[in-house]
Amino acid sequence: MPGPLNPPMTMFQLGHRAMSAQLVRMNAAASNLANAGSVAATEGEAYRPLRAVFAEQLDRVTGMRSVRVDAIQRSDVAPVKQHQPGHPLADENGDVWVSPVDENEEMVEMLEASRQYRNMVEAMSTAKQLMLETMRMK
Amino acid sequence: MSNSLFGVHGAALQIRGERMGVLTSNIANAATPGYKARDIDFAAALQAKLGGASEGRAVETATRYRVPLMSSLDGNTVEMATEQAAFAENAVAYSATLEFLQGRVEKVTRALRGE
Repeated sequence: MPGPLNPPMTMFQLGHRAMSAQLVRMNAAASNLANAGSVAATEGEAYRPLRAVFAEQLDRVTGMRSVRVDAIQRSDVAPVKQHQPGHPLADENGDVWVSPVDENEEMVEMLEASRQYRNMVEAMSTAKQLMLETMRMK
Repeated sequence: MSNSLFGVHGAALQIRGERMGVLTSNIANAATPGYKARDIDFAAALQAKLGGASEGRAVETATRYRVPLMSSLDGNTVEMATEQAAFAENAVAYSATLEFLQGRVEKVTRALRGE
């Protein structure tokens, strides 16, 4: 129920939530890029790319739909086995496991997140401007 | 009282404000799987509002799902170009309505002062 402690959602809160969600997504892509090409001794230990999954969140009072991060999932791509007998992490067969990060995919993900973030900022600043104009009306 | 003073523009401004919230929701959910974009049919909402419906009711009856130009695999129907165009159009119309209201207020103020 709306009240003094739980006011109805404003457009600024909506923008804030959407921007936070996009930031989580961008951080996930950055983590993946940082771990591109990292090597592990076993298949289970190898790094697997992270993906943020969004879900819509309805504010019943205003009818506005904001967004939240539903989960951060590890994708189930199999790590790449590489034969490197000289590597310090290599097992008895001389194999290491390389993280299956697709750099192109991560760059696209990052670009999309930043575009949608920017869109939200733009929409919020327009809304703010109109609210100010309405407030200053004599 | 306020209705007779501001006429159609008061109702129009309220609906424009509501529509801005709906379009902002769409932009916020551009990457949410399964999200269905929606929009307010402004003419229908205004007609309902002028017909005596409450603001919430008028907006509710005039809210429609958007038909995407191209459907995406994850079921999301937000298309950035469409949303941006609608948002810009709505913002300009909001400004215009505000301008009308401002003119009305100025006129009444002048009349009250007897200038």
